[in-house]
Amino acid sequence: MKHIISVLVENQFGTFNRVVTMFSGKGFNVSSLSIGETENPEVSRMTIVTSGDDKIIEQVVKQLNRLIDTIKVVDLTEAHTVQRELALVTVNYQKSTRAEIIDVCEIFRGKIVDINNKSMMIEITGPPEKIDAAVNVLEPFGIKEMARSGNVALKRGEQLSKENSE
Amino acid sequence: MTSDKKNMSGADIFFECLKMEGVEYIFGYPGGAVLKLYEKLHDVDFLNHILVRHEQGATHMAEGYAKATGKPGVVLVTSGPGATNTVTGIADAYMDSVPIVVFTGQVPTHLIGNDAFQEADIVGITRPITKHNFLVRDVKELASTIRKAFYIASSGRPGPVLVDLPKDVINSECEFEYPNEVEMRGYKPKLYGHINQIKKAATMIQNAKRPLFYVGGGVIMSGGHRELHLLAKETGVPVTMTLQGLGAFPMTDKQSLGMLGMHGTYWANQAVNNCDLLVSLGARFDDRVTGKIESFANKAYKIHVDIDPTCIDKNVLVDLPIVGDVKHVMAELASEINQMNDLTDWWNKIEDWKNECPLTFESNDGRLRSEHIITKLSELTNGNAVVVTDVGQHQMWTAQYYKYTHPRSNLTSGGLGTMGFSVPAAIGASFGVKDRPVVSLNGDGGFQMNIQELITAAYYKLPIKFIILNNSFLGMVRQWQELFHAEKFSFTDLSHSNPDFKKVGEAFGLKSFSTDNPKDVESILKEMLEYNEGPTLAEFKVVKEDMVFPIIPSGASINEMITKRLDPKEMM
Repeated sequence: MKHIISVLVENQFGTFNRVVTMFSGKGFNVSSLSIGETENPEVSRMTIVTSGDDKIIEQVVKQLNRLIDTIKVVDLTEAHTVQRELALVTVNYQKSTRAEIIDVCEIFRGKIVDINNKSMMIEITGPPEKIDAAVNVLEPFGIKEMARSGNVALKRGEQLSKENSE
Repeated sequence: MTSDKKNMSGADIFFECLKMEGVEYIFGYPGGAVLKLYEKLHDVDFLNHILVRHEQGATHMAEGYAKATGKPGVVLVTSGPGATNTVTGIADAYMDSVPIVVFTGQVPTHLIGNDAFQEADIVGITRPITKHNFLVRDVKELASTIRKAFYIASSGRPGPVLVDLPKDVINSECEFEYPNEVEMRGYKPKLYGHINQIKKAATMIQNAKRPLFYVGGGVIMSGGHRELHLLAKETGVPVTMTLQGLGAFPMTDKQSLGMLGMHGTYWANQAVNNCDLLVSLGARFDDRVTGKIESFANKAYKIHVDIDPTCIDKNVLVDLPIVGDVKHVMAELASEINQMNDLTDWWNKIEDWKNECPLTFESNDGRLRSEHIITKLSELTNGNAVVVTDVGQHQMWTAQYYKYTHPRSNLTSGGLGTMGFSVPAAIGASFGVKDRPVVSLNGDGGFQMNIQELITAAYYKLPIKFIILNNSFLGMVRQWQELFHAEKFSFTDLSHSNPDFKKVGEAFGLKSFSTDNPKDVESILKEMLEYNEGPTLAEFKVVKEDMVFPIIPSGASINEMITKRLDPKEMM
């Protein structure tokens, strides 16, 4: 089963590498991983999308906690969360398909951020499923290039996934 | 604001920190990136620098010192090859949770990443085999980093920590202040187990009809052998130990079942197989212990006490986990338990298993056998020597036949199984232990893997007793070839390629012996044990083709245990 794990780590040299090395060393699967500073510049948040049975996920969480630079680990899978991912998709167009692509872009509340006489670049934000859906629709037009940021997620409401919560 | 503290160089700060940590010995080898440290070391009088002959030796010495004393072992080596040579020892310490702190020199920060002379990314290389590691980028971080390194290495579940020291950091200056406290928001080892869990565990132990304590190295590391003794005596529960756990409970005690697992005793393994409650104390359900997971203790409720939460439910799903220091948890357990069931039936069963398949070896054919030598050694030292084994058949025979009576007596490479461990680890132990004999037990294969350190033992006049049980084979591999690989004895026969071990010993300046006669064993061992002016070496030429029994084949269940070599006549 797919799990979204939010990890607060010390924003230090080598921390990212430590987490990644642990995942590869233990043979855990990572389908996306994003990292960035939090409201506290000393702390970074990693959002890791991984999969496995309960036993594996339990080990993933424990092994993350075991790293010295890890401050907090929260499995957000069961929680009420807001999830967002950003994708940049460059799609080929012809005169005949141009309007249709712009329609698709609007339906998914995307933005056209670059255009030349052969292709255009579309920016789409939303939960990963929405991006998947948009990509599926754009595929037949001919996707030249795509970059996805990986999922980021936070808990809704007052209960925070911060170091001083709980 | 002005400060009255004067500036100090990174090198001076380094030694001040070691002083504050109470470091007595440092195992090291000089080189370009650490020249400044060695310049200062020349005038340092509060610690002893031990010059090794290979950096792998230094890390195993630090391990030996740490395992024998409980204090962290310290290593200092140069960058590049000096650092990469420490890798095996660090991995060994990681697997067996040994507290060591390894300081490596590094090229100056502005050259890092430039493929500079003797540069290696040792922090990157050792990341998966250290509990934690650091690259110090600023001399202002040096003192606090060293403080953290020692704290991390020796607290919680201990382990190796590496600190990489670029040359310019060591050369530059700042004010020195040693932090009194270590504050790391991501690292707070849990000492005390949850009291409700402990109460539940106590009730389970009280209600059990066939309980068993399964004891690992964690009990020794936490200094919990007294608590274990108390708990065992109060409850009357049988005690079996892992390889690393040997010594936690006296093997001479009636309640000891000896070692369990692949080469464990028949009765210990039967007890595991038939118990209704298995209490794991500071052990990690290693595959050499469990064999086939599905059939391991499958009639038992399982309680698992461990300071490392990742160990719980990793290999075997348990019914009641207790995260905490096993020493504290055992003390609490002992105070919670009031009344036990009558365990007479259970003990009778264990006695039956003992009689059914005792540990024996052939002793009447006049040929020299490892088991005989180890039994004699055990008798002559009353089970109270520090016995440092290498890896292989002799290691398992030692686990079976040496009757350990004290903790920190059994030093062995368990998790990683590092051949070449014994010689340097015995040297490290010998610096830390002065009141008990230190014996290094080796096979003829492993002995040659760090043979260069014999000169370290000789130079420092350490009274170590080096024993080589020479069967002219890589015996354990040979055994597997005979049992499981169609008797293809591929590259395990050393009979035409071993050196003359007695001459080797003499060349290094060791008083040396060699024999193939069982009658000489006692006199040679006695002479070695009485000689304390320096190291001694004895080569015992033992039977070539002997195998370690019993053996449970890898991944098999206890029902598949092989207890003796099949007689060709019986096979017909």
